[in-house]
Amino acid sequence: MVPLDQYLLLSALLFGIGLAGVLTRRNGIIVLIGVELMLNAANLNFIAFWRHRADTGAADGLLFAMFAIGVAAAEVAVGLALIIALYRARRSVNLDEAKELKG
Amino acid sequence: MGLTFPLLATVTWLAALGAVALRRPVYAALSLVVALLGLAAIFLTLEAQFLGMVQILVYVGAVVVLVVFVIQFTRNDEVPLTGLAFRPVSLGVGIAVLVTGGLIACIAGTPEWAVKPPEGPPPGMRQIGEGLMGVYVPALEAMGVLLTVALIGAVLIAMRGRSTSLH
Repeated sequence: MVPLDQYLLLSALLFGIGLAGVLTRRNGIIVLIGVELMLNAANLNFIAFWRHRADTGAADGLLFAMFAIGVAAAEVAVGLALIIALYRARRSVNLDEAKELKG
Repeated sequence: MGLTFPLLATVTWLAALGAVALRRPVYAALSLVVALLGLAAIFLTLEAQFLGMVQILVYVGAVVVLVVFVIQFTRNDEVPLTGLAFRPVSLGVGIAVLVTGGLIACIAGTPEWAVKPPEGPPPGMRQIGEGLMGVYVPALEAMGVLLTVALIGAVLIAMRGRSTSLH
């Protein structure tokens, strides 16, 4: 079986990609895609640790990842609704347009 | 087993890179599909078959379809392609590289993992069902409430914009 640290490395790299996307892109849809990638990286960690645990009896890590997927689905639904609302108000999905609270 | 994981990891990582780096949102969404399928395959190598299927059904089947619908509802071509949100861009990428480097340093710096892969097969559907219907019932109920609230909230947010624009 593939050692645990290789899964963790892949997860760290995926998280970095998602973070770079969130920090550098100004299209709201792409920012949400970056958030999804970061959530998926966390899920990969859950599954890897679950599979490599010495105690095989329980499915805890698996269930935690499932709940994380559920929360991510709720998050993306609300996030995309916000983008639609922003688009209705500004005719653009550019996040720089939403700056009326900027000091 | 030998080459499966490196191959899947490479494909997944490159597709994830494309998902955040490609200019056109439709291509980014399609690249995200490849990354999510790669992750589902990696879940299969970890013998988490059920979660791999959930990953495909929920992410590729629902989330990406939602993203593609929103891409079609909005005109994305007027988003300026130059001058990204986090100025300068190198600052945003630098922060991401720093965080990733820190994570990798922590992983590489751990001399020995206390956990070892067990010999037998991992818990199957029976344990998942018992967990969902036993210890994790409160979490499952909370998830149901959360999804309902999110659904109503998403509809309300998307509808309110229309009603104000009609006035």
